[in-house]
Amino acid sequence: MLSALLVMSEVAIVLGAVLGFAAIKFRAEGNPLVDKIDAILPQTQCGQCSYPGCKPYATAIAAGEADINRCPPGGEEGIQKLADLLGVDFKPFGDDTAAPKPKSVAYIDESTCIGCTLCIQACPVDAIAGAAKQMHTIITAECTGCELCVAPCPVDCISMVVIEEKITSWKWKYPAYALTPTH
Amino acid sequence: MRALHHFHGGIHPPSNKTQSTLLGIASAPLPSRLIVPFHQHAGETAKPLVHAGDKVLKGQLIGMPDGFISSAVHAPTSGTVSAIGMHPVAHPSGLPNLCATLIPDGREQWEQHKAADYRTLNASELQQQLRMKGVVGLGGAAFPTDIKLRIGKQKINTLILNAAECEPYITCDDMLMRERASEIIKGAEMLRYMVDAAEVLIGIEDNKPEAIAAIQQAVKDSRMPFEVVAIPTIYPGGGAKQLIRVLTGLEVPSGTLPLDIGVQCFNVATAYSVYRALAHGEPLLSRIVTVTGNVRKARNYEALIGTPIDELVALSETLPDSNGYIMGGPMMGLPLPEVRVPVVKATNCVIVASEKLFPAPPPAMPCIRCTRCVEVCPAELQPQDLYWFARSREFGKAQAYSLFDCIECGACSYVCPSHIPLVQYFRFAKSEIHAREKEKQAADSARERHEFHMYRIEREKREKAEKLAAKERASQAAKSGGTEPQSAQQHVPSDIETRREHIREIAQSHVEHTKE
Repeated sequence: MLSALLVMSEVAIVLGAVLGFAAIKFRAEGNPLVDKIDAILPQTQCGQCSYPGCKPYATAIAAGEADINRCPPGGEEGIQKLADLLGVDFKPFGDDTAAPKPKSVAYIDESTCIGCTLCIQACPVDAIAGAAKQMHTIITAECTGCELCVAPCPVDCISMVVIEEKITSWKWKYPAYALTPTH
Repeated sequence: MRALHHFHGGIHPPSNKTQSTLLGIASAPLPSRLIVPFHQHAGETAKPLVHAGDKVLKGQLIGMPDGFISSAVHAPTSGTVSAIGMHPVAHPSGLPNLCATLIPDGREQWEQHKAADYRTLNASELQQQLRMKGVVGLGGAAFPTDIKLRIGKQKINTLILNAAECEPYITCDDMLMRERASEIIKGAEMLRYMVDAAEVLIGIEDNKPEAIAAIQQAVKDSRMPFEVVAIPTIYPGGGAKQLIRVLTGLEVPSGTLPLDIGVQCFNVATAYSVYRALAHGEPLLSRIVTVTGNVRKARNYEALIGTPIDELVALSETLPDSNGYIMGGPMMGLPLPEVRVPVVKATNCVIVASEKLFPAPPPAMPCIRCTRCVEVCPAELQPQDLYWFARSREFGKAQAYSLFDCIECGACSYVCPSHIPLVQYFRFAKSEIHAREKEKQAADSARERHEFHMYRIEREKREKAEKLAAKERASQAAKSGGTEPQSAQQHVPSDIETRREHIREIAQSHVEHTKE
């Protein structure tokens, strides 16, 4: 009887030690769910979700404080992916969120630009090159189309240009729509 | 006699090849203008080197290869460049692309070019030569040949010359072999030399007896140890992986290249242009194009790159009931958005279509899962499942079912009793997946940049605070009358930081000024 108790408690102590060690050794840094949600978000950092960036929004979703339908750049596909990840139902965009727009990039009218650097400070991904009293320009390849630079511009020289479809970015269409007559 | 192997599936569509082999290759007359796209090959667009109004010579470099996978573009004849701009090209999108328009002067004045003895050049010099001569694969994909010759440390056992030409209607390789066999063999020897292959196999489908005889004769005359192999006519026996399977019995594993199993495959016409490029120093300026279908005189033409397709087709006299043009074969070719598009390096065939030759397919019916597509798929895929996933946009699952092993040969669509345009679904899924991967990369880079942006702002804030603290300390030290030397710590705000601060102050005052 006593030996059985001893054996059992020994096993419990050993396993407890192993678990305790594993909890320290293999501790997950940060919240893995936040990273998974962040990986689905489009990283425009536009703040249209009312959070100051994609990561804060992801954190809020993970904490259950925010809905999954607040990201217009992610589109309905983004909502669907979030719904799949979190095991919740798909939720269409609400009335208070902006409608998804075609992907665009900012364009600075360089003849109007006064070189105030306000847009440079507003850009969340440092995609604007320029210096004080020097002309600024958008690094198009890095622009996420967040529109955050448009409002601060004191001379309204920034406009959003929709990205045109080029031969290199063209995609095959879903067959149902490809049946348009050619003549 | 070599023991041949089989690949899975395949179909036997009517070959329709005899119409265009009755007449020999004709040299197409100089067209009224040439439209030369700067993107004729797989990879990056070549960079234009000429401007509107420039006079160019035949063979002059007008587009510089730009990027690792890229190829040069040359003026196909002498004349004046009338425009550099967007022009309709043969692309399924119908979108225009950057082209040079050249008005020929009729003199065909060559730029100086000289032959090179390929045996005196090393591997990288030879690759550079071919790249600058614009030599690309002429089988249809137009992949730059120099890239395929970059074999690194890989040992090549078998070099295969692909002369299967399995697609119906197309006969450009057939006629090239009949008429220019010895040049092809010389080109093959150059390719063999460049990859140092142990054996060379020339695979020709057995529906081309004249070409087989011509190549055999040329091999015999050249005394090269090349083997000409007649392979059974099954579509798509000319697919690289299928041909390798038939000739060697080896299977190229999913996600790898033939190179990885010691085999490299080149089209016969590519071997011919390698010969022209090295032995004569001639860039790739023309190619053989089959003009067939609903025309009076179907035949092959040697046409300059850039020849407008309407001018080329007019030589064969289009019949009145024609209703469109197909570039390439009926299985994998693409309907041309319009006829002003130019011949490019990938243009092996132009088929004039008519309602009688290519009746519109009946409307697609639901998939009944009969698995006839599985029986014919040469890549051993499950097209009916892939169709399901593509249709419901479950791209992850489509990828898991090896969507990217699909060679888009169209055998599945051909046998589908429900007339489902399966290949279109697969192309749609593939391009969606590619687009998503690009988006993902862009998002990852944006995340990284944003994180650095936040870090930078944090750092600047900290540095500013440190600077203020240092100032304060200095002033206190001055007040207390001490003359202690400034510590190294006070120099922390580096020169560049103070300058940046200064700039920001100016900017701020400027903004306030403009706001007033």
